[in-house]
Amino acid sequence: MAPFPLAEIFGHYGAYVIYLLVGISFGAVLEMAGFGISTKLAAQFYFKDQTVLKVMFTGILVAMVLVFWATGLGLLDYNRVWVNPTYLWPGIVGGLIMGFGFIIGGFCPGTSLVSAATLKIDGIVFILGVFTGIFIFGETVENISVFWNSSYLGRFTLQEWLGISTGTTVLLIIVIALFMFWGAEHLERIFGGKDLSKAPKARIVGAVVLLVATFGLVGMGQPTSLEKWNQISAEKTSLLENREVQIHPGELLDLINNNSLNLIMLDVRDETDYNLYHIVDARSQAMDELTKMAPVLLQETANTVIVTIDNDETRSTQAWQILTAESVPNVYILDGGINHWLDIFGHEGHADCSTELIPDSDGLRHVFHGAMGSRHESAEPDEHTVEHLEYVPKVKLEKRKPTGGGCG
Amino acid sequence: MDTSEQKNQPTDTGHPQESIPIAPKPYINSYLAGAMLGVVLFMAFFLTGNGLGASGGINRILVFFEDVVAPEHVDRTPYLLKMAGGDKNPLDHWIIFIVVGTVLGGFVSGMIHHRVSLEVIKGPNITVPTRLTMAFIGGILMGYGARFARGCTSGQALSGGAVLSVGSWAFMFAVFGGGYAIAYFLRKFWN
Repeated sequence: MAPFPLAEIFGHYGAYVIYLLVGISFGAVLEMAGFGISTKLAAQFYFKDQTVLKVMFTGILVAMVLVFWATGLGLLDYNRVWVNPTYLWPGIVGGLIMGFGFIIGGFCPGTSLVSAATLKIDGIVFILGVFTGIFIFGETVENISVFWNSSYLGRFTLQEWLGISTGTTVLLIIVIALFMFWGAEHLERIFGGKDLSKAPKARIVGAVVLLVATFGLVGMGQPTSLEKWNQISAEKTSLLENREVQIHPGELLDLINNNSLNLIMLDVRDETDYNLYHIVDARSQAMDELTKMAPVLLQETANTVIVTIDNDETRSTQAWQILTAESVPNVYILDGGINHWLDIFGHEGHADCSTELIPDSDGLRHVFHGAMGSRHESAEPDEHTVEHLEYVPKVKLEKRKPTGGGCG
Repeated sequence: MDTSEQKNQPTDTGHPQESIPIAPKPYINSYLAGAMLGVVLFMAFFLTGNGLGASGGINRILVFFEDVVAPEHVDRTPYLLKMAGGDKNPLDHWIIFIVVGTVLGGFVSGMIHHRVSLEVIKGPNITVPTRLTMAFIGGILMGYGARFARGCTSGQALSGGAVLSVGSWAFMFAVFGGGYAIAYFLRKFWN
């Protein structure tokens, strides 16, 4: 499934050829749109020529519809598409500064490259200014780092914010944008003296095609974690059945003490059980939030190992399926769950708990006389205990697929 | 992809409102250009998982030279360290190839359409030195703002907008807002 691991297919430098081709297409389109000409760009702000708005928004709409058709059909993995993380206020302040820069200088960075490429001197001088501005930023960012890192909302999408489906979000944007285009054309007519009757009729056809495609998107929906799991279950179920991903408590203890790994323990039990007892540093993770967590987990470093934990293995196995379906690599299940862990590391006759067997096999088999959290001795066993344990280590670090990496 | 676009291009001329008399060919229809831009952006996401970008690449080119002139300074400044600390080559990054490609693509398209010519583009009522000074000041603001916002019009607004990032949409409105807010006071420079 796309996006493809380009570096694996074409090699480190071979992958760059793809980027170069993408860049060439990008530059050529910008040039053909007239984005190398500062007066044409600036005219946007005097209502005479709405080229900037039309090109930019049409680009966004077309790309958006294509992207979500591709993810909807299971051809593209949205989790591994780079979605710019939201730093709300720094983004808005930076945007305002850029808006000023745009109307003063006549370009944005991308268009100035095209302008310079066609030997427009104002474009070349603008780029020198951009270098200077970036230099000033690099030298002074430490003084504003608190604000610059504030209002961080991570990977935050419009559909999450609005609480509506992806298809409906796209539809909403398309409808608003089409109204905007209609308004923009009338502004061009009024301020720029353009004759609307001479504008190509094909643009109406284009708008209809976009709308129809978007209604299709709404109807199709985006695949759920379960649907994604069903797609891959044939090849992945054997991992569960052969117990290749269930790791022994001893191996988990070993992972906890391995400083070269970034271990993330996801405790997917109810909060009550988590409060009663959990392994030190394990996070309480609600099952219904797992799908949303996947893109976040995908951004973790390459040495990340994720272990899902239940009282036994029921929910941790479901969690494993969800994360695996959402293409998170290196996910494992704690073999036998917390019960198995306590069988090994819990002490009998400890004042705060007893290890009597409770018949309800789905729950916690050990009784705690109060919410111990991770204060129980066995929540952080001595690392040397592991030496007396016999188990087959199963964790193999799988190479992470590319997940993008922004404008940096 | 790009070659076919360029081949298609000459057949698609003739939008009277934009035609310029002699040599340079007219620009293509804005919606058509937008649709082509959308396809390019989609291909970028589909093939690489990344969108497009420009300012990040310009940043790295700058840091490359900083690293040549003052490597110790780069190693002491956390923001620069990430890109060029120690043995790291700031140019060994995909965004560089997007930027180089953008310049190449712009040049090739400009050549094909006879639009490459050494000149200053400016409003009718200002002098060349004024225009160039404005371009430089605007460039400084753009460069500074783009880093402040963690991306420029291409990397934030266009790419983030298409994949529905909340921050990118807020950013996009801020850019247009900033432009419109002071455009009136600068009307002499452009009209």
